[in-house]
Amino acid sequence: MIIDLQRFITSERSCWNELDKMLGRLEAEPNARMKLEELQRFHELAQRTAASLAKLTTFSSEPETRRYLESLIARAYGEIHETREKRRRILPLRWFFQTLPQTFRRHIRAFYLSLAITLAGFVFGGFATAFDPDSRHVTMPFGHDQLRPSERVQQEENRAEDRLAGQKTSFSAYLMTHNIQVSIFTFALGMTWGVGTILMLFDNGIGLGAISVDYAADGQTRFLLGWLMPHGVIEIPAILIAGQSGLALALGLIGWGKRAPMGTRLREVSHDVVTLSFGFGILLVWAGFVEAFLSQYHEPIVPYDAKIAFGAIELVLLCLYLAKSGR
Amino acid sequence: MKTNSLVIKTPEGIVFSQALAGPVTRFLAWFIDLLSIAVLVSALETVLGLLGFLSPNLVGAAFTLGYFIISIGYGIFLEWAWRGQTMGKKLLHLRVVDAEGMRLQFDQIVTRNLLRFVDMLPAFYFVGGVSCWLNRKCQRLGDVAANTIVIRTPSIAEPDLDQLLAGKFNSLSQYPHLTARLRQLVSPSEASTALQALIRRDEFEPAARVELFEQLARHFQAKVDFPPEAGDGVADEQYIRNVVDVIYRPSYMGHRP
Repeated sequence: MIIDLQRFITSERSCWNELDKMLGRLEAEPNARMKLEELQRFHELAQRTAASLAKLTTFSSEPETRRYLESLIARAYGEIHETREKRRRILPLRWFFQTLPQTFRRHIRAFYLSLAITLAGFVFGGFATAFDPDSRHVTMPFGHDQLRPSERVQQEENRAEDRLAGQKTSFSAYLMTHNIQVSIFTFALGMTWGVGTILMLFDNGIGLGAISVDYAADGQTRFLLGWLMPHGVIEIPAILIAGQSGLALALGLIGWGKRAPMGTRLREVSHDVVTLSFGFGILLVWAGFVEAFLSQYHEPIVPYDAKIAFGAIELVLLCLYLAKSGR
Repeated sequence: MKTNSLVIKTPEGIVFSQALAGPVTRFLAWFIDLLSIAVLVSALETVLGLLGFLSPNLVGAAFTLGYFIISIGYGIFLEWAWRGQTMGKKLLHLRVVDAEGMRLQFDQIVTRNLLRFVDMLPAFYFVGGVSCWLNRKCQRLGDVAANTIVIRTPSIAEPDLDQLLAGKFNSLSQYPHLTARLRQLVSPSEASTALQALIRRDEFEPAARVELFEQLARHFQAKVDFPPEAGDGVADEQYIRNVVDVIYRPSYMGHRP
């Protein structure tokens, strides 16, 4: 049997148009709530359109109308069967003081793993510098291999002019964007089953370890702490959080001990990795600001003890925030 | 198995499909987006250039941040505001949707856009393109992570049957018992083929059009043997119009003058 297409379309069109309008309204105003009667009508229209599609598919191969009905059903299906919470309004303070630290704690194992990988890199970099001084040309970033730490300290402390004069803001913006890009990359490499994230964290640890041991061995620990702590106590945890989100993504991808399909596992972790991504982004904005405006200034302009104290306070506050906020 | 559409079955047993966008179309959409980003960045540069006299330092910082926000935020903002479309996707009739037909969430949009950093490696979306090519649902890594797909959304029009069908006189309508037999014998796919031939008739080369309708007319004539006068002086294309009219508008047959 082939249905009388014209009669069928004429009799059903008003129902399809009404559903189309309701869907358009829902899509245009995601925060709108329907009344009970509207919901019932919406459901009825969706069911009727689905029945039209079934009828058309069975009794006629007319493709244009079928495609039109399929597009309507596809849109209605998402609205009816969606079980995830519809996020209405973003409350920045609530997100910052509750959602972000809670999410961080929910994936604390991934953070510990991220920390352990970085520490392994740190130890490796430190040993390499201590036992093979030539390795500094490979392990140290930013041209730090060109000078002995004591030479650099002497240069910095005797510098008469402000080398960042007139460019602190743009330098700060550069640091923020560069570090955020590296962190996003670290997170995104989670899709390589975590291998890329692990390599990035390990490499970051190597650089840190190499520089730390180099400065400590040269008797410049106080300078090192004064230089790195003001921004590093925020920047390094931010990169660890980027690693944490990458590893959480990788765990969702691998799905150890979980029977749910990959799509479901990734769907479960999706909200959390996005929250963590915004989290490390915010931390890196602060770190970039501090690095440009404070970290690059040394004694006699800014006492090392003051910088170390500032870094220590930041670290305590960050630990308290991540451990206690939103409990 | 790799297909060009994703079939979703609802709990009520209704099956619908989404036409998946291929890697080449997606690459073209991305290229349009790249041009859009270049235009936005250039506009930002012009505006900031005018403000350069205030403070080169602040302008430099604003440009660095602005460039970063535009390049990262372009896809996120537009896909959220336009429900899964960017400028390039809009122009090429593509849309990002949830892979299981659910409502597209903000988290999914952010995830798929941040994962571009990996999909772009080593250049020109090579990783994303390979992934898209190998994946059953044509997903790049960002789509896999966000559980999204990119579908084609061509503008859908209902067929204008009045324009297509026989008009006032249908020579077959004089033989109601034979038209009833024809409706009984023709399968939905045969009926659809005839209807599609009429809908797309202007797209054919003249010779191909004549040949197609000749073959179709012969096929339908073989199904039911109408008296010769029913087809006398009727061109093959008009014969198919009459056939489609009989099949798709049986209720109108009795009301014709």
